[in-house]
Amino acid sequence: MAEEGWEPKIVAFCCNWCSYGGADTAGMGRFQQPASTRVIRVMCSGRIDPLHVYNAFLEGADAVLVTGCHIGDCHYVNGNEKTEVKYNFLEEMLQQLGLEPDRLHLNWISASEGERFANFINEVTAKVKELGPSPLKPEGVK
Amino acid sequence: MTEQEAITNEEPEELRIGAFICECGVNIAGAVDCYAVADYISTLPNVVTSVVNKYTCSDAGQAEIKNAIKDLNLNRVLVASCTPKTHEPIFRACVEEAGLNQYLFEFVNIREHCSWIHMWEKEDATRKAKELVRMGVARAALLEPLESSEVPVTNKALVIGAGVTGMQAAMDIGDMGFQVYLVEQGPSIGGKMAQLDKTFPTNDCSICILGPKMVEVARNENIEIMSYSEVEEVDGYVGNFKVKVKHKPRYLNIDECTGCGLCTEKCPVEVPYIEFNEGIGTRKAIYTPFPQAVPLRALVDKSICIDCGACIKACERGAIDMDQQETFSELDVGVIVVTAGYDVYDPEPNNDFGFGLYDNVITTMEFERLINASGPTMGKVVRPSDVKPPKRIGFVQCVGSRDQNSNIYCSSFCCMASLKNAQLLKEKYPETEVYIMYMDMRTPFRMYEEFYNRARDMGIRFIRGRPAEVTEDDDHNIIARIEDTLTNEIVNLELDLMVLSVGAVASESTETVRQILKVSKAADGFMMEAHPKLKPVDTTLDGIFIGGMTQGPKDIPYSISQGSACAARATRFLAQGKALTEGITAKVDEDICVGCGVCVPMCPFQALSVEDDKLKIITALCKGCGTCMAACPTGALNQSHFKNEQLLAQVKNVFAYGEV
Repeated sequence: MAEEGWEPKIVAFCCNWCSYGGADTAGMGRFQQPASTRVIRVMCSGRIDPLHVYNAFLEGADAVLVTGCHIGDCHYVNGNEKTEVKYNFLEEMLQQLGLEPDRLHLNWISASEGERFANFINEVTAKVKELGPSPLKPEGVK
Repeated sequence: MTEQEAITNEEPEELRIGAFICECGVNIAGAVDCYAVADYISTLPNVVTSVVNKYTCSDAGQAEIKNAIKDLNLNRVLVASCTPKTHEPIFRACVEEAGLNQYLFEFVNIREHCSWIHMWEKEDATRKAKELVRMGVARAALLEPLESSEVPVTNKALVIGAGVTGMQAAMDIGDMGFQVYLVEQGPSIGGKMAQLDKTFPTNDCSICILGPKMVEVARNENIEIMSYSEVEEVDGYVGNFKVKVKHKPRYLNIDECTGCGLCTEKCPVEVPYIEFNEGIGTRKAIYTPFPQAVPLRALVDKSICIDCGACIKACERGAIDMDQQETFSELDVGVIVVTAGYDVYDPEPNNDFGFGLYDNVITTMEFERLINASGPTMGKVVRPSDVKPPKRIGFVQCVGSRDQNSNIYCSSFCCMASLKNAQLLKEKYPETEVYIMYMDMRTPFRMYEEFYNRARDMGIRFIRGRPAEVTEDDDHNIIARIEDTLTNEIVNLELDLMVLSVGAVASESTETVRQILKVSKAADGFMMEAHPKLKPVDTTLDGIFIGGMTQGPKDIPYSISQGSACAARATRFLAQGKALTEGITAKVDEDICVGCGVCVPMCPFQALSVEDDKLKIITALCKGCGTCMAACPTGALNQSHFKNEQLLAQVKNVFAYGEV
C-alpha cells in the first residue's frame, strides 16, 4: 500500500495542436488538478513511440497518458489513428509486464476542452492513488 | 589529419544554459516560489545563470535575456513562464536578435500547467515547477540549431463563404490589389443577411444595404465569385495552399443565362421554398434564388425536376443544359479566410415551446420572411394556421441559447432581433399586442440600449420569464403559461402567433470546412481562434483566418469588422511575398536505415519513398508530425527538435533521486 500522503507521478504526452492546448485551457479556466502530472509536448500524438512510454515506466512513472486530437481532427490528417494502433500494442505490453491497466490511458482532448483535461487528470490520479506506486518504480526515485 | 577527422575530433561545444523564471506578476509567483525554483535550477549541470524576472516577456525581461546571451556567452536559453502557444515566437525572435539560433531556445510552461492549476498548493506547485524546469534543462542541453526556410507566397487569397463577412474580406483583399477566389456553396452570395427584413438598430432594409454591396463584390476586378461551389480538399501550407473546388451543376450555362425568369414561369413543378423563404412560399424546379441574387442566374433542382422540357423551350438563349456535370477547379492560393457562417437553431427535434406541434409557433427567420416586403406574403404578417393577421404576438427569447439542454452560450443578436421585429410590428400594425418573454435583455453597443427603450415607449410588453407550458386551443391560438418573475404572478398569455427567437449554431458547412482545414473547434462547436483576446481572427494554423459567425455568434457590424480584420491579417503574407516554414522535419541517418519502408505508409503527406533501398525524404512536403519515426524499427529516422534523445531526457528528468 502507498504511504500516507503519497502523490503518484504521471507522465502525459500531449500533442501540440489539441491536448496540449486542452491542458492550457484547463489552466486558463483555473480548473484545479492534483500536482501529479508532467506534460511532455510532441507535435503529433503519432510521434509517441512505445519506447517513450516504456521508458517512462522504467524511470518510475506510476501512470502514462497518451493524448491527442479527436479522431477526424488530427492536424496531420490521421496521425492519431496510428497512435490508436500503437496504443493497442502498448496495452498488451503493459499486461505482459504485469502492470495494471489503469496505469495507461488514451484520451482525445481538443484545445477547447480544458475541463475535460482537468477531469481526466483528476480521475486518473484518483485511480492510481488506489493502486499505489508502480511495481516497476526503481527504489528511491521521486 | 583529414578534414573529416578534423570535424569529428572537434571539441564539443561547452554547454552554457541560461534559465529565466518568470513570476508573471502574481500569476506564477502567487503559487510558485520562483526564487526557490531559480536556486534549484542553478545547481543543475550546464546551467550558467538562473534568474527570476517579474515579466520575462516585457522589454526589460527580453533585454535581460539578450544581455545574458552576450555577457555570459550563453548557447542555450530556457524560459519558464506561460504557454509556448502564445509566447514561443516572441522568445524565439528575442534569442535570434541576440545571435542565437531560435531552435536553441527551450520553453517550459509553469503557468497554465502549474501555478494556475495548483493555486492553493504552493509547496506542490513549487516542487512541480522545479521538476518541469529540470526536464527543460535536460532537453535544452540536447537542442540543436535548425534552419527555417523561406518560401515564396502565392499572392492570391481564398475566401470560403460569401455571406456579409466573406464579402467584406474579399473586397478588402481585392482592394489591396490581390486576387481573391470567393467560394460560396449556395447559388447566390449574400448569406443569411439577404434573408433578413430590417437590421437593428437603425431599421435599415437589409437587402437594400446588402444588395449594392453584393453588386460591388461582383464588379470588383480582383474577385472571382465561385457560386454554387464547395471546397473539397486543401493541401499545403502558408503561402502555398492547393485547393480543390467542386462546382455543382446548375444545369444551365451561367454565361448564357440572363436571369430573365421565363423558364421559371413555364416550369410546372412547385415546392415549398425552404432554402430562402423558410418553406413559407414556393419555388419552381428551375428558379433564380431571389430578385437581388448575385449572380442573377437560374438553377435547376434536379431532385424534383420532371424533365418535361418546358424550360428548355422557354429559354430564348438556349442556356439550359440538363446534361451538365459537376466540374472541379484547382486553385493555388497563399492564404485562406473562412467565413462559412452559421445555422439557425432548429427547435423542431425537441418541439421547443410547441414548435413543430402547433402551426402558430414559428422561428425568427420565418418571421423575417413573413414581414419582408419582398417575401412570400409581400410583407403581410399572417399566421400559418388560417392565414389571418395575428392581433396578439409573443416573442420567446433564448431558444437554443443559454439553455443547459441545448447550447449554454448566448447567441448575442437575438434580443436585438426581437426588439427590432416587435417595433416593426407596432409600426405596421399599431393595434397589435406585442409581448417579449425574456430571461435578461442584453443590449450592449451603440444605440442598442436606446433601441430597447424605444421599444418600451412603443408599448411593447416585456415579461420576465419564459413559457413553462405551451398549449393550443380549438382556434389554434397559443396559450403560454409563464411565471412573470418580476411580479411573481403566473400569467396565461393567449397569443395568435408565437415567435421563437432562435439562436445560432455552427453550420454543417462550417464543420465540413473545419475538418478539411483542421482548424480547432471550440466547446460551442464554432471554430476556435488562436487567442481569445490577442488573435481573435487568427487560427493556430499559419495563413488560415476565421471571421463572422464561423468564429461564434455575433451581429452584422461585428461580423463585418472581422471580415476586414481577416483581410488585413491575411494580406500581410501576400504583401510580404514570403513566409517562413518551421525547421522541424524528419531526418534520416542513412548509415542506419535499411530501406525497409515501414515508415512510408505512415506519412500522410507522401513525403517519404524508398529508392534504391534508401529512404528519400522530400523535406518540402514534410510537416514535421513525427509519426514516421515512431514507426522506424531501426532508429534511423528522427524528428529534429523532437528527437528520441530529447524526449527521453525529458522523461528521465521527470524523476530524480533525493529531494528537490
